[in-house]
Amino acid sequence: MSTTEGSSASSLAGTLAGSLSGTVSGWFGRSRAAAVADIETAALRSDRFRLAREGDWQRLEAIVARIERGRLRGLSDDDLLALPVLYRTVASSLAIARETSLDQATLAYLEALVQRAWFVVYGPREGLGAWVRRFFGGGWGASVRALGSDVLIALALMVAGTIAGYLLVAGNADWYYALVPGSDGDARVPGASRAALLATLFGQQKQEGLSIFAAYLFSNNAQVSILAFALGFAFGLPSILLLVHNTAMLGALLWLYHGQGLDLEIVGWLSVHGTTELFAILLAGASGIHIGRAMAFPGDRSVLDAAAQAGRRTAQVMVGVVLMLIVAALLEGFARQLLDSTASRLIVGGFMLVFWIGYFFAWRRDRLPLGEDR
Amino acid sequence: MAWFAFRRARTGADPAPRHQWTPSDRRLRMILTPEGVSVPLIVASRGARAAALLIDLFLISATMIATTLLLIWLGAGMSTIRDANKESALGRAIQALIVLWFIAMFLFRNVWFIWFELGPRGATPGKRIVGIRVAGRASDGGGGRLTTEAVIARNLLRDIELLLPLTFIIGAVSAGTDVELAGWAGALWFAIFALFPFFNRDGLRCGDVIAGTWVVEAPRRKLAQALSVSAAATAGRSTTTGAQYHFAEAELAIYGEYELQVLEQVLRDNRPEALAEVAAAICRKIGWNAGSGDERAFLDAYYTQLRARLESGMRFGKRKASKFDG
Repeated sequence: MSTTEGSSASSLAGTLAGSLSGTVSGWFGRSRAAAVADIETAALRSDRFRLAREGDWQRLEAIVARIERGRLRGLSDDDLLALPVLYRTVASSLAIARETSLDQATLAYLEALVQRAWFVVYGPREGLGAWVRRFFGGGWGASVRALGSDVLIALALMVAGTIAGYLLVAGNADWYYALVPGSDGDARVPGASRAALLATLFGQQKQEGLSIFAAYLFSNNAQVSILAFALGFAFGLPSILLLVHNTAMLGALLWLYHGQGLDLEIVGWLSVHGTTELFAILLAGASGIHIGRAMAFPGDRSVLDAAAQAGRRTAQVMVGVVLMLIVAALLEGFARQLLDSTASRLIVGGFMLVFWIGYFFAWRRDRLPLGEDR
Repeated sequence: MAWFAFRRARTGADPAPRHQWTPSDRRLRMILTPEGVSVPLIVASRGARAAALLIDLFLISATMIATTLLLIWLGAGMSTIRDANKESALGRAIQALIVLWFIAMFLFRNVWFIWFELGPRGATPGKRIVGIRVAGRASDGGGGRLTTEAVIARNLLRDIELLLPLTFIIGAVSAGTDVELAGWAGALWFAIFALFPFFNRDGLRCGDVIAGTWVVEAPRRKLAQALSVSAAATAGRSTTTGAQYHFAEAELAIYGEYELQVLEQVLRDNRPEALAEVAAAICRKIGWNAGSGDERAFLDAYYTQLRARLESGMRFGKRKASKFDG
């Protein structure tokens, strides 16, 4: 474009050069005398309209381009204050130009400029920092509460999955191998002695590479819970299956240790991180079910609206789930191996459970949940 | 090209479209800003989005590999420190590097898209390169505000749209002929998610549905030169030959807005052969016999006078869409 403009400029005479300088001077908002002289020379009323206003247009374009490049700090107060005014000016220029001008290039330029400015003026209302503050200061809990009965549905499913896993393995021990993905040399198999099982629960303080283990656990669990959430899109059914399958594994494990009378020990071992991790999985599954239910039974809204509303509401629950899984992985990787008695494990696990429930359900602030349409 | 459009307009019965520069009216949506001005949004094509995704995936894997290599290099540098007493410290440092690696991989995989789409341009590097961006979609099909939650929600679904179908399909293909029925069923099931954008007219993927967003083109245009400021345009006088071009009412009445726009494009492109062809076509039509060599001034004058006529008609509510329009 610029090269063709350049060659056309060479074929056009001196008036054009004057107009170019007028453009530049309009840009920097200095002398308007040259620009005014140009406006007189334009033959068409619509071009005179354009020449009189293009300084504003280009100032808006410069401001918008600067914001788009993320250099908000370098913007002067004058420019920032002028932005909404300029935006409305250019929007009205576009409305007028549509009715009076047949200059397609100018119309296309104005349409693109108004669109860009619209994205800036009506863009995200807050930065990431403000969002994080609002998220921890009550927004997270509010979004969990907004899930409503779906949390209870997910809880019921997890309990049912645990019981089903327990009963299946109790009926036929072969189910254990189907439910628990075992690795070679794992002591945790049906028929293992009490001593062998106890050794898996206690006395592993010396284990090396705990932090690596924690990091691995986190990224693995986080990916699974994101999956449980994302599958809610298929009307929640896969989320339900994922919940049931994962808790069936838990039931099988409980059966194994129950057989050797190690009930309290396994509960303690699991509870250190389990109260946090299972809570996170519960919330991820509940979010999936929430979306699935909203899409299957949208009520008065359109399916798209219902899905979008549910998705925005559950998105911050999912951010919370990922954070909870980080906490769970730290507990699993460090606290569980370092705390070597059932009592201390139960205390830590119980404290975490009380903390999460209190944070989500007891600590309320009078704020709308994030992402609600206000 | 502009010339062919000109010729087609003369022969075809196609009514002149108002937005001839927009690629396809099928993807055009008009949204109403709070100021009451309607602004066109063009839904990004599926091809552009696929290209943007490929660019992003390439960049992500490149960053991942670079990070891995950097950490390996750091680890190798550390392990050259030979000191028996520092053995455990060294082990811890290596552990920290591995932890860092896990976290970095997780972040690259999940946060790349969210981070960039929350930026002021609402686009990842791949989207920026192909010139598209994410925007909020209001319930009435217009433009909505893009929120932080929406960006998070739309990107959490990438796993089931991209990764799971890939693993299943690769699994089904690599298993060969004795692939189980369940494998194919899984592949088909996930193919529905992957191909979701082809089943709706806004090209929404699953994440867009969940988040209430859509991907639109983000055009950037430079303000083109005003055309009616040259001597030929203002006075109808050519600066090269000194000839005076003034057209009578009947000579201007034959063309409409569509022809004017094509002429505008020809003038802006400023290619001599196109100028000559169009000038000859107009001369034939209005029965003039202008010599060659001065086409630019002739067309400048004709364009300005035609536009003046059509715009003054416009002000009185009388528009002529094309030459077929009475």
